[in-house]
Amino acid sequence: MPRVIQRVLPQLLTLAALMALVSVFFPDFLEITYSDGRLVGPVIDILKRGAPVALLAIGMTLVIATRGIDLSVGATMAICGACSAWAISAGYGLAGALGFAMLAGLAAGLWNGALVAVFGIQPIVATLILMTAGRGVAQLITEGRILTFNHEGLAFFGSGDILGVPMPTLIWVLLGVLVALLVRRTALGLLIEAIGINRRASTLAGINSRVLLIAVYMASGFCAAWAGIVATADIRGADANNSGLWLELDAILAVVIGGNSLLGGRFSIAASLLGAMIIQTIDTGILLAGFPSEFNLVIKAALVLVILVLQSPNLAPRFARIARRRRGTPAAGKLTTREAGE
Amino acid sequence: MTSRTLPLFATIAIFLIAYLVCYLQFPAMLSTRVIGNLLTDNAYLGIVAVGMTVVILSGGIDLSVGSVIAFSGVFIAVMLRDTGLHPLVVFALLLAVTTAFGAFMGGLIHVLAMPPFIVTLAGMFLARGAGYMLSVESVPIQHPFYEVLKDAYYLMPGKGRLTLLGVAMLLSVAGGMILAHRTRFGTRVFAMGGGAQTAQLMGVPVGLTTVQIYAFSGFMAGLSGVAFSIYTASGYPLAMVGTELNAIAAVVIGGTILTGGAGYVFGTLIGVLTMGLIQTYIVFDGSLSSWWTKIVIGALLLMFILLQKGLLRLGTARAAA
Amino acid sequence: MLLTIRSLTKTFPGTRALDSVDFDLRAGEVHALLGENGAGKSTLIKCLTGAYQRDEGELTLDGAPISPQSTLEAQELGIGTVYQEVNLLPNLTVAENLTFGRQPTRFGMVDGRAMRRQAEEMLSGYGVDVDVRRDLGTYSVAIQQIVAIARAVTLSGKVLILDEPTASLDSREVAMLFDVVRSLREQGLGIIFISHFLDQVFEISDRVTVLRNGCRVATDDIAGLERLRLIEHMLGHELEDETREGRHAHVPSDPSERTLHFEGVGRRGLIEPFDLSVGRGEVIGLAGLLGSGRTESAEVLFGIKPTQTGTARDENGEIALRNPREAVAAGFGFAPEDRKTDGIVADLSVRENIALALQARRGWARPISRAEQNRLADHYIDRLDIRTSDAEKAVGDLSGGNQQKVVLARWLAMNPRFFILDEPTRGIDVGAHAEILRLIEEVTADGMSILVISSELDELVAVADRVIVVRDRRHVAQLTGAEVETDTIVRAIAAPDADSDEEAA
Repeated sequence: MPRVIQRVLPQLLTLAALMALVSVFFPDFLEITYSDGRLVGPVIDILKRGAPVALLAIGMTLVIATRGIDLSVGATMAICGACSAWAISAGYGLAGALGFAMLAGLAAGLWNGALVAVFGIQPIVATLILMTAGRGVAQLITEGRILTFNHEGLAFFGSGDILGVPMPTLIWVLLGVLVALLVRRTALGLLIEAIGINRRASTLAGINSRVLLIAVYMASGFCAAWAGIVATADIRGADANNSGLWLELDAILAVVIGGNSLLGGRFSIAASLLGAMIIQTIDTGILLAGFPSEFNLVIKAALVLVILVLQSPNLAPRFARIARRRRGTPAAGKLTTREAGE
Repeated sequence: MTSRTLPLFATIAIFLIAYLVCYLQFPAMLSTRVIGNLLTDNAYLGIVAVGMTVVILSGGIDLSVGSVIAFSGVFIAVMLRDTGLHPLVVFALLLAVTTAFGAFMGGLIHVLAMPPFIVTLAGMFLARGAGYMLSVESVPIQHPFYEVLKDAYYLMPGKGRLTLLGVAMLLSVAGGMILAHRTRFGTRVFAMGGGAQTAQLMGVPVGLTTVQIYAFSGFMAGLSGVAFSIYTASGYPLAMVGTELNAIAAVVIGGTILTGGAGYVFGTLIGVLTMGLIQTYIVFDGSLSSWWTKIVIGALLLMFILLQKGLLRLGTARAAA
Repeated sequence: MLLTIRSLTKTFPGTRALDSVDFDLRAGEVHALLGENGAGKSTLIKCLTGAYQRDEGELTLDGAPISPQSTLEAQELGIGTVYQEVNLLPNLTVAENLTFGRQPTRFGMVDGRAMRRQAEEMLSGYGVDVDVRRDLGTYSVAIQQIVAIARAVTLSGKVLILDEPTASLDSREVAMLFDVVRSLREQGLGIIFISHFLDQVFEISDRVTVLRNGCRVATDDIAGLERLRLIEHMLGHELEDETREGRHAHVPSDPSERTLHFEGVGRRGLIEPFDLSVGRGEVIGLAGLLGSGRTESAEVLFGIKPTQTGTARDENGEIALRNPREAVAAGFGFAPEDRKTDGIVADLSVRENIALALQARRGWARPISRAEQNRLADHYIDRLDIRTSDAEKAVGDLSGGNQQKVVLARWLAMNPRFFILDEPTRGIDVGAHAEILRLIEEVTADGMSILVISSELDELVAVADRVIVVRDRRHVAQLTGAEVETDTIVRAIAAPDADSDEEAA
């Protein structure tokens, strides 16, 4: 466990600093109350509103670890949301709604994965196709309207809560923990990192990198499906135009803030999830602190720039040297691989 | 026909066939009126796509252009509202700003050695944020000179209007064609797209060229912003979300390979017009829904990407044989 | 003397790539530079063209000392280079490639007509019929080579370095290229010709210099030089003391006891179909010059470039080898020659690299526990004497020899029955070298079968029970028992085609 903490420490510190900063401007920020059987407060709100980006970030982390990128998750989210709303309206019930959404997400991932792993198309190019066409497909399903529904069961996934905790929060935490356990308790994490760092050598070592790549894109589609379900359930309707619009960029940003290298390899899902929460804290914090929301984008841009500088292959070795000098002991070599990604 | 020109011919053929289909169904679509509108309505996209073509030819990508266009609109509107400057002076200022912005991104890409995708993503946030900070709301432009610009057109036979915007786009394309295909700079761009390392060995100043490429894209985005502000007579920071995607799609449908090194600026014009044609058709049809545009464009993208992948495979297979 | 190199030395962390090398080039001669991979040819060229900065030594061109800092500067000084993978841009036209950076312009625009004229002039005298307006990539590699030569000669004009220019040409194209080379020689250019095709070296060169392990072994006039002598120079003859000690009796397995049989496996363009039977605990050497089909044989056996013909089988029946995964499942291992790109996963730790192949075979659902991984890592760090601060260090941070040991450990951890080692001792220091040979002895004692590819004949003689000789992409001879001697191997490699069949298995 300490290793995990060490890995996410920069993100934790950033988040803490942000929360402290917002508290200065909005003293009630950290206040959480319990009313009407549910937890209420700005922090809870962040944990809930950040759900779609957090969910997307889980899959995106895996894709980026393989040296790929998935631009289509926003559109996939819209498709899956539309599927679930359509299934509910068509009388397939809750199970049908969730099932269709998840199937659509997996199918989208299969499409992307096949283009990348079988046809050998660059990930950014391959996923651009679904990014462009996907929203059209979603609109095809909703027939251009906001497909509203009245089904408490499905709506529960967006606005319900268990033991006071909002469902969206539970979903992203649960899926995050599940995926993290899946990749770390099995060998998947190691194999994904291996193909991200050196696909050729990994294939020679007997790893089935083609199937693994497809699986990773399918995982990304699956996460997008849940993001779509949450977003649709929240507004009790599928908005093919706006559901997940530009969220792929926030998801990538969350992964990058999580210290995962865009060049593939080492990854941490926990750090990406913290990244998603950092983004949401900025969003919400700016509103609460009474700043105009236009600062939001500029802050995001600044964040990306800082991370770019830290990750740059031209500059990173220099930082590493400085850090090592400061630590002063060569024994610190043990940590370098873990820290390289940050 | 070589493998280099095949995608261009494919693009032109698709456009002509599509136009023929449209014409057979709606003969009115061949009027100069429709053609004039096609040029005017897609002027801003055509202009920015020229810059995007050069970026993609060099093997890069520029996600910031949509935001830069939006920023440009707001910048112009706010300047015209708050200062007494003549629009032409404001245009010049704006183009200086957007060109410098592009150059800055190019510099970052080179110095940090990071993927253009993520650097220009930061640029995208930054430009939109900057536009937002100038004004949160839509700012109307009321300047007599704008009326002049808006009403400047040449009446073609058949009552079609060849507007200033349409002409500006055609001139941009012509300029882009000269720059990309007829200058040393253009050869350097193709060289970088063919392989940055080889290009460097052949004497391309890679850093400088990268800065120039993104500066050019920034300039064209600024110019597109000017066109868009004339088109809408306002500036709105949330406008043009997703334009970068349309520009990239137009470039790819225009036959330029997304990984760089091969393509034609003229193809991009055809790509833009093809996308415009789809929309026009949907308007004419009346019963078709607008989302078909996206699906058709996605299908075209897939087709061209697979076509080029196939050509590439064919090429390497032939070289190996 | 056009170009002289005196005591050129270049070291990289852990290896001395060039050790006080001398080299001369006269105007109007073709001087061949020979050596196996890792002998120092490319380092020498890179020092000469400014891609690397030398540590010690002097370069003079036309009597004046030079010190190029970049390939562009070397080009301006008069040293042009043409590589096997043509360093031009296939997506530009021939004319653009030829005039790149110096295109004639008019009013700021490239003057297409003048450019084409200039390009055609540059190509005249090369005897090729090329439409300079077409993309370079649409022409064959031979034409591309000649275009590259034309550009290099125009830009530089004193020294022309041809780095493996014929590697992907057919014989007609080679003849065409050699015509060009001869006419350039007559024009007084000094030409350095790097190739691993000895026939071509004998055909075109005036002199030859052989490098081995970063040292110059010999410089001779080609006239009167025996083929056998040349191969001896390249493959080396003197045994290191340490490997001699470890030498064992060459006892090939009894053919009836061989358990793994490959029959007629091969792949068009890579290696002609061959048969191979492997016995338990046997070490088979694969000898041949660079490009003869050594590595290609291994790639076919391991399913990297799967066989198009023939079968592989063991006592339980046929084995599928369509990809590395199936080869691993069949109990094969493969330590590739280029360990940086094909072997190690640089950012992963020593522990993870060691566990990788075993993990891949077990499948993702059955992870190797951390404790087990640690045990494996500690075991092999100790057994192979891998020098690392600890098992969590990234493999990319280790020296070449230790990286190689990690790759070996990865496969040993899987306990393969058939282990292919492609140049296992290339570019690693003497100590590690001896350890790896000792390791081979050790694991075969436990019953593992090994196929070693090596350009160090002494090494093969020291460890192999049988040696198979590869030439021109064919398995041409098998040496057993007392025949496993460097002399016999060299002779088998050098033998003209006709009389090689006597010893073929």
